[in-house]
Amino acid sequence: MLEIREHPNRLGIRGWLVGGRWGLDRYLYSLHRVTGLGLLAYFLIHILVTSSRALGQGAWEQSMNRVSGPIFAVGEYLVFVAFAFHAINGIRLALAELGFGVGKPIEPIYPYKTAVHAQRPWVVTVLVVAGALAFIGALDFFVWH
Amino acid sequence: MSENQLPETIIFRIRRLAPRRAEEPTWGEYPVAYSLGMTVLDGLWQIKERVDSTLAWRASCRMGICGSCGMFINGQPRLGCNTQIAELGTSVVTVAPLPNFPIIRDLVPDLRPMFDHHTALSPYIIRHDTEEMERPTGEFYQSTEEMEQYLQFSYCIKCACCAAACPTCATDSQYSGPMALTQAHRYNTDTRDDGFEDRQEVLNGEAGPWRCHFAGECSRVCPKGVDPGKAIQLMKRQLVADYVGLRKKKPLAQLNVKPKDIERREGIPEAPEPTVTS
Amino acid sequence: MIRDQKLWTWHIAAGILILCLLGLHMAIMHLDALLGLFNPFGGHPIDWQNVAARSQSLFFLASYVLLLGAALFHGLYGLRNILFELDPAAPLKKSISWVLILIGLGLFVVGSWAAWMSFQNTLVA
Repeated sequence: MLEIREHPNRLGIRGWLVGGRWGLDRYLYSLHRVTGLGLLAYFLIHILVTSSRALGQGAWEQSMNRVSGPIFAVGEYLVFVAFAFHAINGIRLALAELGFGVGKPIEPIYPYKTAVHAQRPWVVTVLVVAGALAFIGALDFFVWH
Repeated sequence: MSENQLPETIIFRIRRLAPRRAEEPTWGEYPVAYSLGMTVLDGLWQIKERVDSTLAWRASCRMGICGSCGMFINGQPRLGCNTQIAELGTSVVTVAPLPNFPIIRDLVPDLRPMFDHHTALSPYIIRHDTEEMERPTGEFYQSTEEMEQYLQFSYCIKCACCAAACPTCATDSQYSGPMALTQAHRYNTDTRDDGFEDRQEVLNGEAGPWRCHFAGECSRVCPKGVDPGKAIQLMKRQLVADYVGLRKKKPLAQLNVKPKDIERREGIPEAPEPTVTS
Repeated sequence: MIRDQKLWTWHIAAGILILCLLGLHMAIMHLDALLGLFNPFGGHPIDWQNVAARSQSLFFLASYVLLLGAALFHGLYGLRNILFELDPAAPLKKSISWVLILIGLGLFVVGSWAAWMSFQNTLVA
């Protein structure tokens, strides 16, 4: 048999973020991944920083002073926004990936609706609710304090 | 640009690669005389006939049923025969081989990785009454409602557009991909099949649907409306239900046995003698 | 070796638990001006008096430890999935799994110790 010399053609990590003319749900997937990683990175450090409360008031206040300042405030706000999106989208994904809200098997006669169409109202709801939470969070972070 | 405003000459920007002659792919630009109703495949044939006869791609039926001509057209995996140049609406049509598969040459991807995953998921009816499977005596009864549970997923033409669009397939070679998983679900939900536990060996591990995160691109690009995204989520539900002990086992299709105590109504003729005896 | 079917189911279950507990935590910390939950001394939620008040509570001890465990599992399993999707070789996969398990257990011990110590200390005080 003729030996085939092949050239690799996987999109790689570029395929997680960009790489073609993708739809909205694809970008929600990318954002869910990015916010998840951001939240994890923050969380691992957060455990260590907040554990200082076990050593009493002095240690706690020293820890909190170390993480105060405008950069940390903006960073924490981004964590809050990331949580808002990741949590609300996570509810949608948990339900969809257990088969709720994806539609039933149909006879695909054009114009048929796919699972993506069935999810569209929920996608919009996620964006609106996460946006609202981000807005309220911004008020709490930067206006009310 | 609306279809009425497309110029008389469309430029096809095609990703070329001849692995024995070059290490990296290059882009070539080819003029195509456009007329309303032309598909991308028509344009490729025109290039091969008039401009560059070395251009290579796969095609067969040119009517969207064989699944051969899957390509990356204007940034989306599509069938070349199913894509009207007018529908794209651009004066430059970019054609590249399907991503996430190695390139054999020009627009020809090596789809063997996808078919290997497909084979590993036993995409055929598995039953344990071997006597009947070896020497069939009749047909299995299946109601219309039972058929509708899997019919949509049986329309798959194995064109690989779904795997090209899948973000997990962009990096992961262990993941089975939307096509293989949809076909596994197609057989799992077929009442004639009894292979759910057999397929679980593969489905419960790394090759299963667990790396699908419902980006939904597979369902968006499928040219036959198979909706692999839906199939995979429905399959996850079945597998999770099985883990927590809540799965309702579907009744296995039984042989369609002619009832014994019926009489032929008056006036209905007997069937003719069979002309072929085994 | 626990297979993905089971791990994924627990991943989703942990996510639901985190939604409730971390949602409460976020509401206490960042929606305090609006809701004023569990900050009995007013001011900032991270003032020592408020922190100590919560630390004394058995409810918070239990929910922090639960949240810690669920979030570590959910996050580190997610990270493991992302790293495995990059297609490492089989021995490297084993190493990644073990490193993540050790990080998770280690941080769980640290966090639970801190919750328990602050529960004890603030009760005594």
